[in-house]
Amino acid sequence: MHSFWYRMNALLTFSLTILALLCGLASFSDNFNWPAPVAEVQVLNVNWFKKHPNGNDEVSLTMNISADLQSMFTWNTKQVFVFLAAEYETPKNALNQISLWDDIIPSKEDAKFQIHTTNEYRFTDQGSNLRGKAINLTLHWHVMPKTGKMFADKIVMNGFRLPDQYSR
Amino acid sequence: MDWQGQKLAEHLMQILLVSFALGAFVTGYIVGSFQLMLLIYAAGVVLTSLFTVPNWPWFNKHPLTWLEPVEAERHPKPEKPVAPVGKKKSTKQK
Repeated sequence: MHSFWYRMNALLTFSLTILALLCGLASFSDNFNWPAPVAEVQVLNVNWFKKHPNGNDEVSLTMNISADLQSMFTWNTKQVFVFLAAEYETPKNALNQISLWDDIIPSKEDAKFQIHTTNEYRFTDQGSNLRGKAINLTLHWHVMPKTGKMFADKIVMNGFRLPDQYSR
Repeated sequence: MDWQGQKLAEHLMQILLVSFALGAFVTGYIVGSFQLMLLIYAAGVVLTSLFTVPNWPWFNKHPLTWLEPVEAERHPKPEKPVAPVGKKKSTKQK
């Protein structure tokens, strides 16, 4: 004969299994969302551009970053992690990717933004390849869910070129 | 509770939990609130446990007919043997 605790145990275990299924369904429902993000970056100023004693180039930029990432928020989104990376090629590395700025967007309302900033993290090369370098400024994002699969994507903005000469 | 009641309790528990889960998911998805889905489901779990776990009278509609004590009286339980003096022997009396 089933006792009180037997029934309670069966109910709790079954309810947890169903909860796991609910979370799986919620994550699956994210596949039906088609994000349509927009982004734009302007390099307003090259603040300084120098070569370190150890041979590495470094540049400091002031940028205007604007984006509308509202369409990627779903009911199952906890936050969106977004970062701007400078990408370029050197003889030594096929791809160099340097994170210049990042941010965490906690809600849909905050996902449409425009900021005026210098690079948060140092733009330093492995070597001395930055003079006159053509770079892409790529906005990457990770849509972090409340439960389940994380989606990541990017927008590549090309056409930027660093100065040919070092400057203060 | 009795056997029928046990079966009823188990079925009721499964049906209620799945229904609350489905309702919670649909409501949460339409409104767009993950938290609402979890709240509805949690409320459903509590309600279901109140309905199906305790020994309610409606689970005892077909009570078992236990035998009368008469049969038991005809076969009285044997008396327990007195503990033997001296060495301990492993004697068990049925």
